[in-house]
Amino acid sequence: MAGYSVLLVDDEEEFVSALSERLMLRGIEVETALDGREALARFAEKPADVIILDVMMPGLGGLEILKRIKKSSPHTQVILLTGHGATKEGIEGMRLGAFDYLIKPVDIEELLEKMKEAVKTTGTG
Amino acid sequence: MTNFWQKLRQLAPEGLKDFPDYGEGPERYSLLRKNLIFIICGVALIPLVLMAAINYYQYQSALKEEIVRPVRRLITSTKHTLELFLTERESTLRLLIRERTFEELSDQARLNHISRSLRHEFPEFVDLGLIDSSGLQRSYAGPYGLEGKNYKDQTWFDEVQLRGVYISDVFLGYRKFPHFVIAIKMDTPEGDFYVLRATIDTEKFNNLISSISLRPSSDMFIINLEGILQTPSRYHGNVLGKSSLPVPPFSQEPVIQKIVDSHGEHLFGYAYLRGPSFILIVTKKPGEVMAGWFALKGHLLLIFLVSTVIIIFVALRTSKLLVDRIRDADQKRETYYIEMEHSAKLASLGRLAAGVAHEINNPMAIINEKAGLLKDLVLFSHEYQDREKLLSLVDSVLGSVKRSRDITHRLLGFAKHMDVKVETIFLNELIEEVLGFLDKEAFHRDIHVSLNFAPDLAPVAHDRGQLQQVFLNIINNAFEAVADGGNISITTRERGKDTDTVEVAISDDGRGIAAEDLKHIFDPFYTRGKKQGTGLGLSISYGIVSKCGGGIRVQSTEGKGTTFTVELPRKCIMA
Repeated sequence: MAGYSVLLVDDEEEFVSALSERLMLRGIEVETALDGREALARFAEKPADVIILDVMMPGLGGLEILKRIKKSSPHTQVILLTGHGATKEGIEGMRLGAFDYLIKPVDIEELLEKMKEAVKTTGTG
Repeated sequence: MTNFWQKLRQLAPEGLKDFPDYGEGPERYSLLRKNLIFIICGVALIPLVLMAAINYYQYQSALKEEIVRPVRRLITSTKHTLELFLTERESTLRLLIRERTFEELSDQARLNHISRSLRHEFPEFVDLGLIDSSGLQRSYAGPYGLEGKNYKDQTWFDEVQLRGVYISDVFLGYRKFPHFVIAIKMDTPEGDFYVLRATIDTEKFNNLISSISLRPSSDMFIINLEGILQTPSRYHGNVLGKSSLPVPPFSQEPVIQKIVDSHGEHLFGYAYLRGPSFILIVTKKPGEVMAGWFALKGHLLLIFLVSTVIIIFVALRTSKLLVDRIRDADQKRETYYIEMEHSAKLASLGRLAAGVAHEINNPMAIINEKAGLLKDLVLFSHEYQDREKLLSLVDSVLGSVKRSRDITHRLLGFAKHMDVKVETIFLNELIEEVLGFLDKEAFHRDIHVSLNFAPDLAPVAHDRGQLQQVFLNIINNAFEAVADGGNISITTRERGKDTDTVEVAISDDGRGIAAEDLKHIFDPFYTRGKKQGTGLGLSISYGIVSKCGGGIRVQSTEGKGTTFTVELPRKCIMA
């Protein structure tokens, strides 16, 4: 077991279900949310070690969620996902305290690697 | 005033009348230049011509006066001198005849004595004789032995009876030297008369004329009414010969005129001596007369010609410079306009591409995860039949997803730099990125691209998208130039240790560029006759690079290949 929990936030249900199942297959504890509000509620309910957050979502945007989570729980690591190549959002996210950002579609191995790093950072920091 | 302008307008060439809209064609520049030349030349040449003409006529009239005046003075003074001479001789004789009685004068011894004392005073008196009313020479003192000679039938004797005084033309006497005769009639109280006749050597006459120093080209002499020369002349015949000049009409005052004869142009002046049987004539050759004038005219002409040449040269030069500047400015403006339009087009294209990429990326992500889950399921359980086949199928799906991801990523990467943003760029990476777009073509056409990258090439601060555009343009051109199986080499290097310039040389062994095309290669819309392309690529590339203080050089040999060298300053110095 990997031994850490992940909150996966994306408005694409198909994406969320498939990715969460894959992560669970790899022994990661996964919570999912399909929009910003749900994500915040889930996180309040059960804080995860790592949050994987889609930047472009209807309603509360990824960057807004990032801001709020970082405010309430600065040590939680957030990895941003974006379907858009604009580095503007990536850089903005990094400035707001995101751990890193990845462009969709993401290679699962790459994502796992990033999450591992994020958890390690939390552990030491 | 309006009338004047209307008239002026009629004179102006077609192109000038309304300061026309020169249109858009390339001939507008030559038209503009023509008009400029016309205006400059007109403005400068018209006053020059006027000045030259005014000067010319002013000097001419002043000089004419300057030349005529001395001639007139000469004639007048000589006329007076000669008249004085004649009057003096005449008066002397008159005095003699009055003061002496007929008896005294007819006495040979007395006459000899009188003659001697007369000649003592006036050596030009050659002889002296007394003639009675019958025409008989009563006494004679002189060298010719004319005693007893009868003049009764001679014309001069009739004339002296009629007028009281007679001055003969010059003639050769027995001693063969020219002289003339003065005769004075004296009436006696008895109603008879007698005549005192004296011969005068013209030597003195000649001296009077020649004593006035004349220039070699001038001539002065006396003729009689028949045009027979009375004194020697330099150019118009010998004494007692016929003058080569016609006898001028009578005039009370001295006359100066210009005549043209076989000797060319002469200044010709004459005056009738009181008598009037002698005419004083002065001629002056044009060379001397007009030498000063010709010199001045020469100078004037020279100045005029030199000024005209200078003005025309300046007009040609200035108009060329001006029109070239305008043409350059027009071209630049056009290029910028095109560039702007182009980049705006690219920007909107970029936004479209980014949008499309984004929309595709989301379903791609789903495919990726679903296929990944499928693979996971197969991997995590061992019970599946045809497990290997399933895995290879899923891997193929995942591979395709990866490929489309690469494409969309590249699209996004290309699009996201539409806004100019200076960032640190490693050229080697950037060129590899650009080559990624051409991988397929290189593969299909079997084009070998060799990379000679300086391993630790200094990064440049520049806009990524623009540099991508520059290298994509040039490398794409190289691909177009080479035949299938051709070679392209891309070299990056730093130019010298101290310079802040990085160079990228892109060489191909393609068909090369003709020399005349090479000159226009950076002109917008210059397509070298190729079917594809807007002719904008290189001009935009050049604009991008030169805007930052860099440059693009081209070397090309037709049939051998082309090398484009892009020079980039490490820091974009925005001009």
